Amino acid sequence: MSLLYDERLDGEITAVDRTALKRAILAAAPDLTLLDREEDLHPFECDGLSAYRTLPLLAALPSRLSEVESLMRVCHEHDVPVVTRGAGTGLSGGALPLEKGVLLVMSRFNRILELDADTRLARVQPGVRNLAISEAASPHGLYYAPDPSSQIACSIGGNVAENAGGVHCLKYGLTVHNVLRVEIVTIEGERMVLGSEALDAPGFDLLALFTGSEGMLGVITEVTVRLLPNPEVARVLMACFDDVERAGRAVGDIIAAGCIPGGLEMMDNLAIRAAEDFVHAGYPVEAEAILLCELDGVEADVQTDCDRVRAILQAAGATHIQLARDDAERQRYWAGRKAAFPAVGRMSPDYYCMDGTIPRRELPRVLKGIAALSAEYGLRVANVFHAGDGNLHPLILFDANLPGELETAETLGGRILELCVEAGGSITGEHGVGREKLNQMCSQFADDEITFFHVVKAAFDTHRLLNPGKNIPTLARCAEFGAMHVHHGQLAHPELPRF
Amino acid sequence: MPELEFPRPAAGSDNDAGHDATEALCETVRRAAQARETLRIVGGDTKAFYGRHVSAHHTLSTTGHRGIVHYDPVELVATARAGTPLTALEQTLADNNQQLAFEPPHFGAAATVGGMVAAGLSGPRRPWAGAVRDFVLGIRLISAEGKALRFGGEVMKNVAGYDLSRLMVGAQGTLGLLTEVSFKVLPKPTASTCLRLEMAADAARQHLCEWGREPLPLTGAAFHDGVLHVRLEGGERSVEATRQRLGGEAEAADYWQDLREQRLAFFAAADARPLWRLSLPLRARRPPLEGDWLVDWGGAQCWLRSAEPDAAIQEAAIAAGGHATRFSPCGSENAPFTPLPPVLEKYHRRLKANLDPDAIFNPGRLYAGW
Repeated sequence: MSLLYDERLDGEITAVDRTALKRAILAAAPDLTLLDREEDLHPFECDGLSAYRTLPLLAALPSRLSEVESLMRVCHEHDVPVVTRGAGTGLSGGALPLEKGVLLVMSRFNRILELDADTRLARVQPGVRNLAISEAASPHGLYYAPDPSSQIACSIGGNVAENAGGVHCLKYGLTVHNVLRVEIVTIEGERMVLGSEALDAPGFDLLALFTGSEGMLGVITEVTVRLLPNPEVARVLMACFDDVERAGRAVGDIIAAGCIPGGLEMMDNLAIRAAEDFVHAGYPVEAEAILLCELDGVEADVQTDCDRVRAILQAAGATHIQLARDDAERQRYWAGRKAAFPAVGRMSPDYYCMDGTIPRRELPRVLKGIAALSAEYGLRVANVFHAGDGNLHPLILFDANLPGELETAETLGGRILELCVEAGGSITGEHGVGREKLNQMCSQFADDEITFFHVVKAAFDTHRLLNPGKNIPTLARCAEFGAMHVHHGQLAHPELPRF
Repeated sequence: MPELEFPRPAAGSDNDAGHDATEALCETVRRAAQARETLRIVGGDTKAFYGRHVSAHHTLSTTGHRGIVHYDPVELVATARAGTPLTALEQTLADNNQQLAFEPPHFGAAATVGGMVAAGLSGPRRPWAGAVRDFVLGIRLISAEGKALRFGGEVMKNVAGYDLSRLMVGAQGTLGLLTEVSFKVLPKPTASTCLRLEMAADAARQHLCEWGREPLPLTGAAFHDGVLHVRLEGGERSVEATRQRLGGEAEAADYWQDLREQRLAFFAAADARPLWRLSLPLRARRPPLEGDWLVDWGGAQCWLRSAEPDAAIQEAAIAAGGHATRFSPCGSENAPFTPLPPVLEKYHRRLKANLDPDAIFNPGRLYAGW
């Protein structure tokens, strides 16, 4: 099953002449950097979902707003699709180019325009790296809260397009909760502002609609984020368990006690061993699962919370509980968690990262289900969870050089996501649908809902030119996918209308 | 304007599970769509003053569609049907020591969950805790074609498809009929203290600016008539330490409820001047408008009693980087919401036209003409 654009299922795209298009774009934006030689296009052929690659027709690297506007106008006029790319760290193929489309690369929009410590906001261009914002805010005692594990490389524009999360979202929210205002260029080449430096704006909440819309509704050209004061103190408890399900239940116990940790993460044995081997974080390699629980805030309260959580973990059956002795140890604990993906990557030629969410209560049951599926397909699965949010990142280990193994990994991944939907969850918590999870969208949404999504999109992009073939599947694709996923003679979700 | 025939739960059948009227609501919408007849959607009708008057063929009440569908305190999620009384939801949460952290105003005992979300108004805790939209995880709605649809869900993180749940918050029922909403709920703070500090407006502004840069347990800051009102919520020790540091006198917690529900003397109906809400950037200078001011949200939300013309107030708010909304009942000549810039208006109109082609849902509620 290839994830590449398929005109039969994803919709026809009119072919255009590369040279003529290039001429038209340069006529409108003479200084625009436009790449069209194959060797120049190769660096842009994929994003973080690197198993799938396509060379774009052209890659445009604007450095001025007027160039973005001109580009969009020309593409609109010539019916040419536009795929926008930030830092290219996305894991769902949201920035996978189209061979008949222009790739709009926003990396040159990389300036922090303004940082106002008094009113705690930063106005930045979309190509600014996530971590660079917190670094710039740090001298003022402030930071930008959403911290995806890729924060060292990912850009804020991409964060908005994907509604990126991170390890601290249970308490501090996702990107959508931390962005005040964005500037957009529409496919028709117009500028508009969504949201406001004030806490709300008149009309519909288009800021929320555009956040996480995966480049399907407009191009983000500026972002204003709110900054938070650094917590006075942050402490991390590491709790070890000899049973994964018991660790899963402990997560619920902490929340039930009225405690909202700054971060609450869980790793299973395979992930623990991978991370320890890579980062030497001080994880106990014999544990079946560990929980990392960060408590932050004012010193006095954090002390009280630490005592409470320690008691809860003990009662939940933790075999060992350790408080990070100092900030260096705390950073090490987190470094292990944040490096879990590349760490697992060292254990296996390839890995495939999933991103389902479930209600927390389902954690023990879903973990059991994943273990069963792992055995059924004969591929190892390492589990890394934003446990507090019920966001799972099972990492499927495979070897793409073995015939059929990529397909097996994808099928196993699909089954895991269906398990999440069945448990009342979602096929993606923070990585986005992109190309990767288009088919699973058909499990999560009924045809009428898919149609409603298309109708919303059409309001902003009548000709379907912005990132076509991502995020929302066509009904034709859902019809085909429904036919493909008959397990043991039964549809996976017979209750869902499909055709 | 006749109220539509609507199947109400029979006496005695209305138990804790409430009543699911989805089918009947769908049928009502389908009939209206076929006949191209317009609907004024109401819950408790407590916020009719907010927005333009809707002149429609029928009034569609959601109050027969009620009940808390699902609530699991451990999950921090509660799901309620649109017609559920807001007080009922809040009471259920309070029984479990939890709350809607955005503390929405009710503006009347009959307020419903659906109406609260459609209005999208948040209370004094908003700058610190977040707005209604920040706590909406999922919705069910009935489209203009009369189809029951579900978006989002009951999980904290969900980026599958467009975020239509949050789009509906504050849309005042113009894009679809909300039938159910799932919220993220939070534990109540363990400690709470309210203070009043006498000072001049400039000093209050300066203090709030300084405090905002520190991790203090602030969850309310309002200024009126030489007094800065402050609410502290959080752990016992941090609240106590901050109380000692800030000084001032203790104040009853009622102040914040009265502010939220506009029961303070400032809001008294006897004042003939219209009431305006100005939502402004923290760094904006107060617009040069005649009238009386009450500042909430640490400076980001200003209430203004002013006899100045509507357009003058809205233009001044725009010039300050924000917007102004008329909170007093409107006549047909009033435009309660700040006009949108042309490009933004174009896309608002298109979105409305695409989702509700015959404009059957609350026509003209937000803006004249759509």
